[in-house]
Amino acid sequence: MKPAWFDYHAPRSVDEALHLLSNAGPDGRVLAGGQSLMPMLNCRIISPSVLVDINRIEELAYLETRPDSLILGALVRHADLLRDPQVRAGWPLLAEATAYVAHPAIRNRGTVCGSVSHNDPAAEQPSVLVTLDGTVLIAGPAGRRELAAGDFLTGMMSNALKPGEMVVGLRYPRPAVGTGAAFVEFARRLGDFALAGAAGTLTMRGGVCEKARITVVGMGGGPFRARDAEAALTGRSLDSTQCKNAFAEAAAKVVAAVDPAEDVHASASYRRHLAGVLTTRALETALARSGGV
Amino acid sequence: MAREQRIKVTVNGRTYDKVVPVRLSLADFIREHLYLTGTHLGCEHGVCGACTVSLNGRSARSCLTLAVQADGAEIVTIEGLRDRDGKRHPMQQAFHEKFALQCGYCTPGMLITAIELLQEKPDPTEQDVREALSGNICRCSGYQAIVEAVLAVARKEFV
Repeated sequence: MKPAWFDYHAPRSVDEALHLLSNAGPDGRVLAGGQSLMPMLNCRIISPSVLVDINRIEELAYLETRPDSLILGALVRHADLLRDPQVRAGWPLLAEATAYVAHPAIRNRGTVCGSVSHNDPAAEQPSVLVTLDGTVLIAGPAGRRELAAGDFLTGMMSNALKPGEMVVGLRYPRPAVGTGAAFVEFARRLGDFALAGAAGTLTMRGGVCEKARITVVGMGGGPFRARDAEAALTGRSLDSTQCKNAFAEAAAKVVAAVDPAEDVHASASYRRHLAGVLTTRALETALARSGGV
Repeated sequence: MAREQRIKVTVNGRTYDKVVPVRLSLADFIREHLYLTGTHLGCEHGVCGACTVSLNGRSARSCLTLAVQADGAEIVTIEGLRDRDGKRHPMQQAFHEKFALQCGYCTPGMLITAIELLQEKPDPTEQDVREALSGNICRCSGYQAIVEAVLAVARKEFV
């Protein structure tokens, strides 16, 4: 329960961090909030030989709400989002999902970028980034680049970072007017890794769904974007008589599409059932919040 | 690359200047280098909450923080909760009088977490208290008395 030896660096700038990472090669790891990495080190699931601690890089500790987007640096903690009234007002899905992330002390240290990079199948933050059409800001030896969430997240605990690259921030576009959003999840105990969860947004105009986003978590891989279910809702009238059928159809498409893993916590069929139920709940709440009912 | 590093950390108002292995956790630093054994280690991977301390004013798992990361930081442990005259913190007094502990193993983390909750939310509902304490495991199953103690402090029954 103690980590193996490593060399420790605490750079003061992104350039310095990139230099250290490229010197370290494949055995270097970025340490941000440490709420996923440190348990893995303590349990010796991984034993990197070099840790690059980015906590002293002041240029990464920023949270900026712009008219068109929210941008947050790699040192923004989950708790920072919950404390920010502009985030709560402009990106309510992000705030709602963040409240489900672990427990207060974990949210105080853990970073949003770290959670997205780690891409745990049950994690909330990767699914929110996908649902909100967010992007990942990356710095590396070849310069900076920005990747769509769906291209960055490449499967269970995997991402598209190339050797020597690091995540420096995330960008969330501001949801369109008329958008309602909801995040729901089910866990045996509050704050535990969820057995399943669903994020949904509905952008409504004149009672018609202009755009839908549905992402399911806890299904084994990274967040699963249910494109079939989204397509089934797009362009459809969602008034009080029709929304029930429409959501049932969308939920059925989610159930048909997901391929959850079975483990000690839940069977695959139970997780699949939860995916459908939670999708329906997320969509009902999203619709009510859109003002479209 | 040196595997030891010099750090300066303020714990419970006292500043320590120590050379520590870089892989040493803040929890082990507090317990084994400063001999402040009130901070307990349960799971050592962030699940149980017993090692929770206040780090620069925010609760943190000391088992998931390296001692070197605390260089320059201000830390409060359970030993730092009494006031200058040695009087117990209201939360400690409430735990004491409401029987909010049995074996006491989870207590240091419970206290730090509960005190942070009331700083952020001075008038919490019972649900708020339960949510805040959800990351602290008590294996004596004494949650009921703990929740009552926190609510009693919120009602200013202990000052």
